[in-house]
Amino acid sequence: MAEEMRLLLEHADKIDPRIAEDYIKVGGYKGLEKARQMDRKNLIQEVKSSGLRGRGGAGFNAGMKWSFVPPAEVKYVVCNLDEGEPGTYKDRIICEKNAQALLEGMAICGTAIESKQGYIYCRGEYPFVVELLNKAIQSAKASGALGDFDIEVRMGAGAYVCGEETALIESIEGHRGEPRFKPPFPGVAGLWGVPTVVNNVETFAALPYIMTKGAEWYASIGAPKYPGTKVLTLTGDVNNPTYFEVPTNYNLRDVIYKLGGGIKNGKKFKAVQVGGTSGAFIPEQNLDTSIDFDSMGAIGAALGSGAVLVLDETRDIVDIVTRISKFFEHESCGKCNPCREGTFRCREIMEKINSGRATEADLNNILLLAKVMKRAALCGLGQAAPVPITSTIQHFGHEYRRKLLQYA
Amino acid sequence: MINLTIDGKEIQVPKGTMLLDACRQAGADIPTLCYDPDLRLAGSCRMCVVEAKGRPTLVASCVMPAENNMVIETESPDVVEARTVVLELLAARHKFECPTCESDGSCKLQDYMYRYGVKESRFDGEGPHFHTEDPNPFIIRDYDKCIMCTRCVRVCDEITGAQAINIEDRGHHAKIATPFDGKLADSTCVFCGQCVMVCPVGALTSRVAAGKGKPAQNEKVLTTCTYCGTGCTLELNVKDDKIVGVTSNRDAEWSPVNKGALCVKGRFGWDFVTSPERLTTPLIRENGELRPASWDEALDFAANKIKAIKEQNGPDSLAMFSSARATNEENYLAQKLMRAAIGSNNVDHCARL
Repeated sequence: MAEEMRLLLEHADKIDPRIAEDYIKVGGYKGLEKARQMDRKNLIQEVKSSGLRGRGGAGFNAGMKWSFVPPAEVKYVVCNLDEGEPGTYKDRIICEKNAQALLEGMAICGTAIESKQGYIYCRGEYPFVVELLNKAIQSAKASGALGDFDIEVRMGAGAYVCGEETALIESIEGHRGEPRFKPPFPGVAGLWGVPTVVNNVETFAALPYIMTKGAEWYASIGAPKYPGTKVLTLTGDVNNPTYFEVPTNYNLRDVIYKLGGGIKNGKKFKAVQVGGTSGAFIPEQNLDTSIDFDSMGAIGAALGSGAVLVLDETRDIVDIVTRISKFFEHESCGKCNPCREGTFRCREIMEKINSGRATEADLNNILLLAKVMKRAALCGLGQAAPVPITSTIQHFGHEYRRKLLQYA
Repeated sequence: MINLTIDGKEIQVPKGTMLLDACRQAGADIPTLCYDPDLRLAGSCRMCVVEAKGRPTLVASCVMPAENNMVIETESPDVVEARTVVLELLAARHKFECPTCESDGSCKLQDYMYRYGVKESRFDGEGPHFHTEDPNPFIIRDYDKCIMCTRCVRVCDEITGAQAINIEDRGHHAKIATPFDGKLADSTCVFCGQCVMVCPVGALTSRVAAGKGKPAQNEKVLTTCTYCGTGCTLELNVKDDKIVGVTSNRDAEWSPVNKGALCVKGRFGWDFVTSPERLTTPLIRENGELRPASWDEALDFAANKIKAIKEQNGPDSLAMFSSARATNEENYLAQKLMRAAIGSNNVDHCARL
C-alpha cells in the first residue's frame, strides 16, 4: 500500500476554504444538517461508535469525551490549533485546504453537547491562518450553514505549552499559559469554569465525513482501534518532504520510502522521530510498524501530532537531542518542579555529554531525572520532554557512550 | 462515602475529600511545599505525590480527589525516589546559608532534605542566580532561596488582595516579581508580610527581625495587637526577655480574628515597645516645659480644665477625638463621656491608624 487516502484533504486546492458555498458544492455542511436532525444522545453515540480518537496526540475517543459533559446553561467548544510541535503543520494544511470542514465539525460538536459558542485557539505564528479562518467563519455565517453556532478565533503568543488543553484555556481567559491540574477535566470545568470540549483541528474536521458516510464506514478505515485517516507531515532527510493523508494502518517504512521517496542523496536511514519534538526516536528495526496510536505505543513511541522527522546516517543523534533539550528548557512554563528544573538540568547534562565532558554517572543521572519527570510532572510537556533522551539512549546508546570522557 | 486503601489501611472519607487529607487521616505524613489549606490549590511542587495502583503516573495527592477502591502507597520506592529527585532539583538552585538563615529550623526544604537524607544534589550545574535587591524596610527578598511554591503570590492575591507579585518569565528562569520586576515599594504591596508568613523557606523574611533571633528558636508569646480595635493575635518572638520579632499563629483556635494575617504595623511595627522615647508616665506642660506627673494629678488637671472651659464657653466649645486604636467598647465610652458628662455631640474619630 503506497497510496494516500484523502478524506479531509480530498478537495484540497480545488475549493476555496474561505468560501462556504465552495464547500457546500462538494457536499459540505450535509453532516451538520444530519447531526441537527438527530437526537443528541444518538449523535454522541454515532461519534463514539465511529471510533474517532483525538488527533492532537492523546488519542482519546472523541464521542466518549463529549459524553462526559454535564448539563449546564453555557458550554463551549474549543478547537486546539496551537500546533506548536516543531515539524508539525498538518492543522495549518487542513485549515488552508478545508477550513469549512473544521467549522462544520465544531458545529456538530456544538449540536452534540448543546453549545452555541466555539473558539479556535490559533498558534501565534499563524496570523495568515487567523485571517483565513475569520473569512471562512464570515462566509459560513453569511451562508446560514452554521445556524446559531458562533465561532471566534483567538490567537496564541507562541508558547508551546498552550497546546496543552488546560494551558490553552488559561490563555484564552487571559492568564499565564500554565496547565491546570486535572481533575476537573475541561469537559466538566473548562473555559471560564464551564463544561468545555477541547478537540484538535483534525478531530473536528473528520466529523462531517463521519456524519455523512456513517460511523460504520469510518470505523472500517485503517487500524480497527484507531480508525480513520491521519495527516502526516514528513520532514528531514527524505526526497519528498511534504504532507500526506493516509489510513491509520499505514506502515511507517512506507511513509519514508514510498511516500517520502526514500532517504535523500542515496544515504542510509538512521532514525525517525514520530509525533513531534517530544516523540521517541525509532530505529531501523522498528520501521515495520503501523502508524496508528496503539502500534506506535507498543514500540515505546507515540503517534502524537503526526510529525515524521527522518534522519540519515550522517546525523549526530546526541547533538540533535541536545538541541531538543534546549527547546524544552525554553518552553517549560515553570509551574511544576520536575519540569521547570528538570528540563533545565536535562539541557545541562545533554550539553555536557555532547561536548565530551560527561561520565557514565551523568548518563545515569539523566535517566533517573527522566524517569521522575515522566512519573511526576504536572502535564504532558514535562512528562514527554525526556522521551527523546530516553529513546535515544535506549536505541543509540553507543552514540552517547562514544562522547563520554574515557578516563574520568 | 468513599472507601479506599492507604498504606494497607482501609479508610472511609466523604466524597470530595482530597487524597492528601485522606492520607493524613490514615496516619501518613505527606510532605508538601506548595499546599496551603487557606489558599487555592496549585498542585505544582509534586512533593505530595503518592502511588495509586494501576495509574501510569504518580498522583499529586493535594489536587486528586479520593476515589472508590483506590489503593494508595505513600512511601513506595517510586514515591521516595520522585520526592528525592524533586528535593535535589530544588537544592541545586538553592543558596544554602542555613547557619545565618532566618528560617533555619522552620524551613520545609531543610526538613524534607533531612527526612529523605538528601545531603547533596546530583545536579551540579548552574547554581542559584536569582538574587533580588529590594531596599525596603520590612521584607528581605532572596530568590536564591526560593522554591517557586507560589504561596506568596496566592496569599497576596487571595487574602491580602494586593496582587503585588506574580510569576515572571518561564521555565527555570521563572521567578516571583512585581510588575516589571521592580521594587515592592513601587508596587501595590502594602507590606503586610503575609508572604513572609506563608514562605516555607527563607526566601522571604522580616528585615526588622533579621539577626535578632531565629523564629524557630525564639520563645513565642501569644498576645493581642494594640494597634487597633480589630484585635489580631500576634505571636511575639521573645529572646532574653526582649521582643525580637513578630510571627503569626495561623491556628484559628488561637488566632480567631485574623488566622495569622497581620498588617504592616502588627507584623513589623513592634520596636516601639522598648523605645526610649516611649511615654511611661503622664506629662503636664508648665511654662512651656513638660514635667512628669502621676495619673491622679494628670486626670484631675484635665478634668478641671475641661470643666472650666465648659463653664466659661458652654459644652459645645469642647470636642472629643477618639482613636481607631481603641476598641469599640472604649469608643462607646468616649462618646458617652462626651454626650452624658460634658453635654456635647462634638465627637469624632481619627479614622486611621
